[in-house]
Amino acid sequence: MPTVAMQVFRGDGGGGEFKSYRVDFDEGMVVLDVIHRLQATQARDLACRWNCKAGKCGSCSAEINGKPRLMCMTRMNLFTPGETISVAPIRTFPLIRDLVTDVSYNYEKAKQIPPLRLKPPETDGTYRMMQEDIDRIQEFHKCIECFLCQDVCHVIRDHEELKKSFAGPRFFIKLAGLDMHPLDTRDRSEFVKGQAGVGLCNITKCCTEVCPEHIHITDNGIIPLKERMADGFDPIVWLLRKFRGQRKA
Amino acid sequence: MASGDYETHEHDVIVIGAGGAGLRAAIEAAAQGVSVGLVCKSLLGKAHTVMAEGGIAAALGNVWPEDNWQVHFRDTMRGGKMVNNWRMAQLHAQEAPERVLELERWGALFDRTKDGRILQRDFGGHRYARLAHVGDRTGLEMIRTLQYHGIHQGIDVYMECKIERLLRDGDRVVGGFGYWRNTGKFVLFKAKAVVLATGGVGKAWKVTSNSWEYTGDGQSLALWAGADLIDMEFVQFHPTGMVWPPSVRGILVTEGVRGDGGTLRNKSGARFMFNYIPEFFKGETADNEAEADRWYEDKKNNRRTPDLLPRDEVARAINTEVKAGRGSPHGGAFLDICTRRPADYIRKRLPSMYHQFKELADVDITKEPMEVGPTCHYIMGGVRVDADTTAATVKGLFAAGEVAGGMHGSNRLGGNSLSDLLVFGRRAGLYAALYAKDFGGQHTVDSGQVESIARTMLEPFSRSGGENPYAIQADLQDIMQELVGIIRTEAELKEAAKKIEALKQRAAKARAEGGRAYNPSWHTALDLSSLLTVAECCTLAAIERTESRGGHTREDHPYTDDTWGKINVVIRQKQGALQLAREPLPEMPAELRTLFQERT
Repeated sequence: MPTVAMQVFRGDGGGGEFKSYRVDFDEGMVVLDVIHRLQATQARDLACRWNCKAGKCGSCSAEINGKPRLMCMTRMNLFTPGETISVAPIRTFPLIRDLVTDVSYNYEKAKQIPPLRLKPPETDGTYRMMQEDIDRIQEFHKCIECFLCQDVCHVIRDHEELKKSFAGPRFFIKLAGLDMHPLDTRDRSEFVKGQAGVGLCNITKCCTEVCPEHIHITDNGIIPLKERMADGFDPIVWLLRKFRGQRKA
Repeated sequence: MASGDYETHEHDVIVIGAGGAGLRAAIEAAAQGVSVGLVCKSLLGKAHTVMAEGGIAAALGNVWPEDNWQVHFRDTMRGGKMVNNWRMAQLHAQEAPERVLELERWGALFDRTKDGRILQRDFGGHRYARLAHVGDRTGLEMIRTLQYHGIHQGIDVYMECKIERLLRDGDRVVGGFGYWRNTGKFVLFKAKAVVLATGGVGKAWKVTSNSWEYTGDGQSLALWAGADLIDMEFVQFHPTGMVWPPSVRGILVTEGVRGDGGTLRNKSGARFMFNYIPEFFKGETADNEAEADRWYEDKKNNRRTPDLLPRDEVARAINTEVKAGRGSPHGGAFLDICTRRPADYIRKRLPSMYHQFKELADVDITKEPMEVGPTCHYIMGGVRVDADTTAATVKGLFAAGEVAGGMHGSNRLGGNSLSDLLVFGRRAGLYAALYAKDFGGQHTVDSGQVESIARTMLEPFSRSGGENPYAIQADLQDIMQELVGIIRTEAELKEAAKKIEALKQRAAKARAEGGRAYNPSWHTALDLSSLLTVAECCTLAAIERTESRGGHTREDHPYTDDTWGKINVVIRQKQGALQLAREPLPEMPAELRTLFQERT
C-alpha cells in the first residue's frame, strides 16, 4: 500500500503546530479519507468536522497546501506522488481544536438578514414563477455554507475591526437572492449598504475562485448588488424588477 | 459532582435533531407560543436532510391533474407492502401538498412547469410524476429554507451539542442530558416535552449513504427511556450507491437518474430489470422496452418502466445480477443515462450527480454509464408513535421523521422521506407544544440520575489499555454488512447477534485519548452504545420475522406471508433486557380498503 507524508495542524486557541504523519492510502481516496485513517490509527483525538463526505454539506473546509478546499472533494491524485500534503484549519475563524474552527460569526450574520416578505398570492391562493426568473437565484441557492468564501475574503480575514459591519460574500449572495426573489417585497437597500457593508468589497473575486459549487459570487451576486446601491434606490425600477423578474443575463 | 459541573437550560419543548423534521417541529412549536430549544449534533444546516437529492413527494397535481392524495396513499401503502401504519400514510398523503406550498412561501425555489407552477418528477413506485424538486439538490433547498425561516422564529439553537440520555420524572420524559462537542462540558435540558428528530441508523453498516451522525441516537434514547420501537428489521438498501473508487463506495446516486430516463444494464448491456418484475407489480409495470420508454411521455397508455420499481425490488435485482457474474467491473450494475438523454439535459437536471462522478470517480456521466450498487440508506422502523400526534409510548416524548416507525411500512418510496419530515415534523411540534401547555405542576430532574449518566460518560477517559473505539465501530460495520444485509438467513442473523454481544463487551472497554474538547475518539466511544443498541434491535427483529417483505429478505423464508402482514415486531427494554413482541397492526378502515380493489 502506498503511503503519503502529511503535515496536519494540531493545537487549540492557546497555540499549536504542524505535526508530521505518514499514512497509508488507497486508490481514489480524498484528503478526508486520509484524515479519518489517521484518526483511526495514529491520532485518535484529531479533531475534524465533517458530515456528508459528498460535497453537499460544507462541513469539512480546510486549507490544504495553503489552499481553501473541502477535504471530502480533494482527491489524493491531485498531488504529485511523494509530495507532502499539509492540512490546516481555515485561518479566518477562531480555532477550537486541530482542524475545527468557530464559525459562529456566519450564523450571527445570517440572523441579521431581513427575511423574505411575501407578496399576495394569485387568486387561487398559490404563486406563479417562471423558470427563467429564478435561474439566477437557484444558482445562489446552491451554496452549501462551507464558508470558504468568507475564509478568503480580505475584509474578514485581515480586518477584525470591520467584521462588525460586514456580512461577507456568502451573505451577499443570500441578499442578492432575496432581492431578486420574484415573491419578495422587502427593500433591503439600507441593510445592504449599512450593516452588510457591501461597499467594503473591492471585487478581488477570491470568493468566487474558492467556491466549491462554482457560484459566480462576484459577477452574479455582488456586482449587481453594488450597482443597485450606486444607482440609488428607485422605487419604480425596483417595483418593475419585482414584477418582471430579473431577465438580464 | 465528581465529574464536573453542568449548565442547565429550560424550555417548554426541546427538539433533538435539526434536519427537516426537527426544524419543522421547532418552527411549529414556536408558532404555538411556547419556548423552544433546538439541539443538534452538527452545525445548523448540515443535517442529513441536506443530502437528499430527488425531491419531495406531494400530490400537487401540477404535471398530472389525475393525481390526488388517494393515489399517493395507495402508492405509499403498496410500496411498503401494506404493513405501513395506514393513518400515518393517509395524513402524509393528504398534508404533503400544503407543506410543499408552505416551503415555497418561506422562500424555496422549486423547478417550474412551463406555466410557472412547481414542476414534479417521476420516481420509483409513484404512479404519477409527483416529486417537487430543485435539480438533484432538493434536500439542500429544503433545509436552507427551514433554517432561514427558523432563525427568525425565536427558537434557541444549541449547535454541536449531543444528548446522551433522556431524563424521566416518574412516567414522564422531562428533558435530556448531554455534552457540548466543542468543550466536552456537560449540559442539562429541562423540558415539558421532548421531540426526537434524530434520523437513522445507517452508520452501523459499512456501505452506506449515511453520514457519521446516523448512529441510532433517537431510537436508543427512546428505548432506554421506556418507549417501544417497531419494524426495526426493515432497512432500506438504496439500489444505486457509487461503487468505485472504494473510498466513495456507498455515496448516493439519486433515483432521479432513473426518474429522468436513466436505465440499469448488466455487463452485456441488457436492461435486466425486465426480468425482475414481481407478481405484485405486474399490472402496473411495462414488460417491454418500447412501452417502458413511451411511459415517460404518455402515462395513460403505457405502464411504468421496471427501472422505477420500488427500491427494495431494484436493490435485490442488482444484487442478484452481481452474484450471477453479470455485474460491472467493480461489482455493481451500469446506470446509463448518457445514451438516453442529451448532455445538456443531464447537466441541467442532475448537476450534483454530474459533479460528484466527475470529481470523485473521473466519470463523465454525459458520456459514460455510472457504476452503481446497493447502499444502506434508511430505516423504515423506529419509535412507535401515535399517527396523529406523533406521541411515543412514553409520556412527554414525541418522534418525527426517520427516527419514527410505521409511516413507510417495510419499504419507503423515494421522495416520501422529505414529505414525511415536513408533515410529521409539523405535527410533532404542534402536539408537543400542546402537551407542554397542558402540562400541570412541576417537573423535577433527579440529580442522582444526572450524576450517574455523567460518570458513565467520562468512563472512556479513565480506562487503561482499552479498545480503539474506531476499530469497534469498523468491526460492527463489517458484521452488519456481512450478516444483516439485503439477503438474510437465520443462521447468519444469529451469528450477528452473538458477535454484537461480543462487541458490547469490547465497547465497555473503549478508550478515548486526549481531553474533552472536540475529541472524536470520545464521541465515537459514546456513540457506540446507541449504534450497538440499534444494530442489536435490527438483528433480533430480523430473526423474529420469518418471511420476506420490503426491506427484509430472508433467504430461508423467501415468500411474503399474509399472517405476518398483520403484525408489527415490537421491541422494548424491561429491566435492562430487550423484549420482542408480535403485535397487531392498526386495521385500515373499509373506505380506504376500497382504494386497493382496482386493477393496478
